[in-house]
Amino acid sequence: MLTALLVMGGIALVLGVILGWASVRFRAEGDPIVDQIDAILPQTQCGQCGYPGCRPYAEAIAKGEADINRCPPGGDEGVRRLAELLGREYKPLEQEEAAAKPKSVAVIDETRCIGCTLCIQACPVDAIVGAAKQMHTVIDAQCTGCELCVAPCPVDCITMEPIPESLETWKWPKPTGSSERKTTETV
Amino acid sequence: MRWFSWLTSSAANTLVDPVSGRKLYPIDGGIAFADYHKQETADIPIRNVAMPSHYIVPLRVNPRFTARPIVDIGARVRKGEKIGESEGKFGVAVHAPTSGVIRDLGQYPMTHVSGLPALAYFIEPDGKDEAIEPTPYRGACDDTDRIRDFLQQMGLAGLGGAAFPSHAKVASSPVKTLIINGAECEPWITCDDRLMREHASEIVAGACDLAAAIHAQEILIGIEDNKPQAIAAMQAAAANHGTVTVVAIPTIYPAGGEKQLIERLTGIEVPYGHLSAEFGVLVFNVGTARAVHRALTYGEPLLERVVTLTGAADNPGNRWVRIGHPIAELIPEMAPKPEVDRYLLGGPMTGFAIPDLDAPILKGSNCIIAASPALFPPPPPEQPCIRCGACAPVCPARLEPMELYWFARAQQFGKAQEFHLFDCIECGCCAYVCPAHIPLVDYYRYAKSEIWEREREKSKAQQSKARFEFRNYRLEREKAEKAARAAAKAAETKRRLEAQAQESHAEATASGTNDRDGAASPSAPDANDAAARKKALVEAALARARAKRAAEATEPSGENRE
Repeated sequence: MLTALLVMGGIALVLGVILGWASVRFRAEGDPIVDQIDAILPQTQCGQCGYPGCRPYAEAIAKGEADINRCPPGGDEGVRRLAELLGREYKPLEQEEAAAKPKSVAVIDETRCIGCTLCIQACPVDAIVGAAKQMHTVIDAQCTGCELCVAPCPVDCITMEPIPESLETWKWPKPTGSSERKTTETV
Repeated sequence: MRWFSWLTSSAANTLVDPVSGRKLYPIDGGIAFADYHKQETADIPIRNVAMPSHYIVPLRVNPRFTARPIVDIGARVRKGEKIGESEGKFGVAVHAPTSGVIRDLGQYPMTHVSGLPALAYFIEPDGKDEAIEPTPYRGACDDTDRIRDFLQQMGLAGLGGAAFPSHAKVASSPVKTLIINGAECEPWITCDDRLMREHASEIVAGACDLAAAIHAQEILIGIEDNKPQAIAAMQAAAANHGTVTVVAIPTIYPAGGEKQLIERLTGIEVPYGHLSAEFGVLVFNVGTARAVHRALTYGEPLLERVVTLTGAADNPGNRWVRIGHPIAELIPEMAPKPEVDRYLLGGPMTGFAIPDLDAPILKGSNCIIAASPALFPPPPPEQPCIRCGACAPVCPARLEPMELYWFARAQQFGKAQEFHLFDCIECGCCAYVCPAHIPLVDYYRYAKSEIWEREREKSKAQQSKARFEFRNYRLEREKAEKAARAAAKAAETKRRLEAQAQESHAEATASGTNDRDGAASPSAPDANDAAARKKALVEAALARARAKRAAEATEPSGENRE
């Protein structure tokens, strides 16, 4: 009886020491779940979720403070991927009409710009160039289409323009199931 | 799958080509068609076509690269003059197909399944067809780098269909085996067949030029054995060249696919994501080999190619067509029958219905088929997959098409990639044999473009994230710098005040004790005055702000704006 207790106690002690050492030795840096959530988010930094950027939203989701359906740019697929990652129930997007918008970039009407720099300060990814009392313009390759620059403009010279489809961005449509699109012919 | 194919192919391992006596290696899958429809055009010599009313010369030379326009609108150009500059690794130069005037540089419909426009020059010919002075290659025949640059400047791109820039292939030397692809395995197309019959010696010369450039030791010319005249012509042309071997390969679609031809001739299986040059093999189309010869020897840029015009037409055949020739102006050449309802670009297996006939002939456009409902009946409606597995044995890439189909349909693109979606060469064999008439290739193309889209989005998201993080860092840094500046200023003021106090103290002690009251009395009202002034200023500013707010509240703020 005593031997058995000693053996079991000994094993528990040894395993405890190993576990304790491992938890110190192999400590995970940071919070990997936040990184995983952040990787799914579209990084538009638009703040439509109510948080100042994608990373803060990812942190809020990880803490359980925020729901997973508050990111319109990520779309339905983004919610599904978050649900899959976190093992939570899928929910339709909170702002569904926002998600249906086509991908756009901000365009500054350069003849009306007064050079107030307010949009430059609002842009979360520094995609607007210009200086005080100088004309501003958007670097469209860097613009995430977050619309944060539209509201601050005192002369309303910023518009969101949908990105036109080009040969580089064109996608094969999903076959509809009808024979319309079939290109392979019988010989 | 693999052990099964190994079992079935072990019997065919002893396959030997009767023409060259070379051992051939087995390939998997494929389809042997009952009728290849080559007889409609194969025996008609290649003819020239009339000059069109205009040329549309696209600057987008391949999916990875659009050339930089270097000629202004309104300028006069001559045949062979460079109008688009090549930049970067995969760019090739673009040349004027004839002499004439550049009328426009803009978006024109492109020869693409989407029908979307791309940047192109609109050239109006003057009918004189004046050419610039040719500049043949003058360097050493084994100077890989110079030949590579020369081919890039001559606009050489693969004429087999994919229009892959030829110089990019040459750059990947040294290579042991050069393969010239004359298989032409797809039904209806005969442009390579005709070219081999009529220009065999130029093809062999081009193959030898390429072999010298890439230091290849042997040249294999692979031709399907349903083209005996082409094989005979090529053999006659290759008779004096010891390194050149003409190999007849069994006729089975898609034996002319690059990977299939390499495997058939050398037994090497090139995995996805790797270049064949890494395994010591390079493949060029017969048309490309001839174009390389013309470029190096005569200084001719790649301006024209052979296009098969066939299908439901009264005057089918092969034609020499310049790059940029509008398809709409090429179609009357073959006198299509009245029942033709659409035109296919490429063969019936891999081609597509041309959405806009104003689009031009490109370097990779090998065939136009006038399709009538009698020749190409509309496919029966798509039915559910019955999991019969008929698609798997015909797949030349040894994939499981039904699994890929299910994953693509369910948008499980990650799974589709795990099942090697990108090994699919889109040959269409699976869709051809599918008893449920499912357009399988369309599903694979859909899945591939969705995956590319996600890759693009991911890289953009990473870029945005980096920029966002840098911006936050910049704001933090600016804040810290501002605080540091303010602290420095405060310290400076404090130091100055202390110094002043010390000075006045020193003065006071110097001027004597009796004057102390007199010295202190003017400074005290001064300080009081300054404080009072400041207070008054602050109050005035606050009053102004209040007035402004009140004014704004009475007026709706929107009216102030335009």
